[in-house]
Amino acid sequence: MVKNTLNVGRISEGFVLDHIEAGKSMEIYKYLHLDKLDCCVAIIKNAKSTKMGKKDIIKIECPIDFMDLDILGFIDHNITVNIIENEQIVSKKELRLPKEITNVIRCKNPRCITSIEQGLDHVFVLTDEEKQTYRCKYCEEKYSL
Amino acid sequence: MRHLMSPLDFSVEELDKLLNLAQDIEKYPEKYAHACAGKKLATLFYEPSTRTRLSHEAAMLNLGGSIMGFSSADSSSAAKGESVSDTIRTISCYADICAMRHPKEGAPMVASQHSSIPVINAGDGGHQHPTQTLTDLLTILNVKGRLDNMTIGLCGDLKFGRTVHSLIHALVRYPGIRFILISPEELRLPGYMRHDVLDKLGIPYEEVVRLEEAMPELDILYMTRVQRERFFNEEDYVRMKDFYILDKKKMLLAPSDMYVLHPLPRVNEISVEVDEDPRAAYFRQVQYGVYVRMALILTLLDIHVD
Repeated sequence: MVKNTLNVGRISEGFVLDHIEAGKSMEIYKYLHLDKLDCCVAIIKNAKSTKMGKKDIIKIECPIDFMDLDILGFIDHNITVNIIENEQIVSKKELRLPKEITNVIRCKNPRCITSIEQGLDHVFVLTDEEKQTYRCKYCEEKYSL
Repeated sequence: MRHLMSPLDFSVEELDKLLNLAQDIEKYPEKYAHACAGKKLATLFYEPSTRTRLSHEAAMLNLGGSIMGFSSADSSSAAKGESVSDTIRTISCYADICAMRHPKEGAPMVASQHSSIPVINAGDGGHQHPTQTLTDLLTILNVKGRLDNMTIGLCGDLKFGRTVHSLIHALVRYPGIRFILISPEELRLPGYMRHDVLDKLGIPYEEVVRLEEAMPELDILYMTRVQRERFFNEEDYVRMKDFYILDKKKMLLAPSDMYVLHPLPRVNEISVEVDEDPRAAYFRQVQYGVYVRMALILTLLDIHVD
């Protein structure tokens, strides 16, 4: 009898991003620029979760100092980041809101210099940690989804 | 190397020093007449402005320096599609300091990131206009003798008026400041200014619609123009533009030591009959704008005059 499950093997070193809201994994794949990585990346969509019903998981096999995951704090601070070494979870990374976000989100203010200046990074700065407010470094427009 | 992007780039102490320098310049202009000899100011104005460009140029000329620049994007390489970062790299080879006005918000900041000379933000869209705020502060200091413990009335377009927002940011750093916000409902100070700045810092303020009501309580009345370009529909502009007209009759309600400021240009919001009132400080304000820009140029170029 074939069980209706899909198994993705363990990774020896890298990250397991767990508890991603179902359907959001490709977005995170894009934000983290995982397409640019040469290493093994597994995306699991709609995995069963007792806590969430359904969830996405991303496994990235790479050296652990290879990636800056601070941006995840901005995308969804409920994501669990497990750090793997020798196939074991050695620690969990606490997600914090990054102080600055570069080229992840774009300024929507049509009066902002980022709308015309070529090659200019889109930089957002955390201006209010409590309210999780980010503002464009150039025009100070508040970022809204 | 320092630039000026926002009025908050200077600490209160640095600001005091700058304003004191401006006062010294007013008192002893001859002492500073050659302080910038051999230095060049480039005025990079991507949109027209009479007052701001000329006051920067007058400031540099008063300091014995020279000026160069352009007064519209059409007469610059921007018309050929040159980026701000490339323009400033080029200008850095020609001038010692520059003042930039640009319709796009944040353009002077981009310039400062690629510049090897100090950049003064001379207005970037509806965002910042720090030299106007410095002018306002020097005017208040000169007419009142202090920047603390006073009631400031801000009247007119408090919604889109960047000079009002910048002035609030600058004044809340001084103790004992209270605001009376005088505007029609449609042009109220935005929520992010009321909540994130005034409420957050516990600055007392009240909002009123009638100017007459506020007049007796004020130390300073800061009038603003309702700007046509901020409205999407002409009908709303026409309805708002003459909402407040300060005239002789209303001035009778004000204390004898209340002064009227205006960033200019004015349209109808201050009747010309008020110009003769000794409390009308808006043309003196223009003069102070030159002194404060002279002080700013000296500060950014790190030139000291004994």
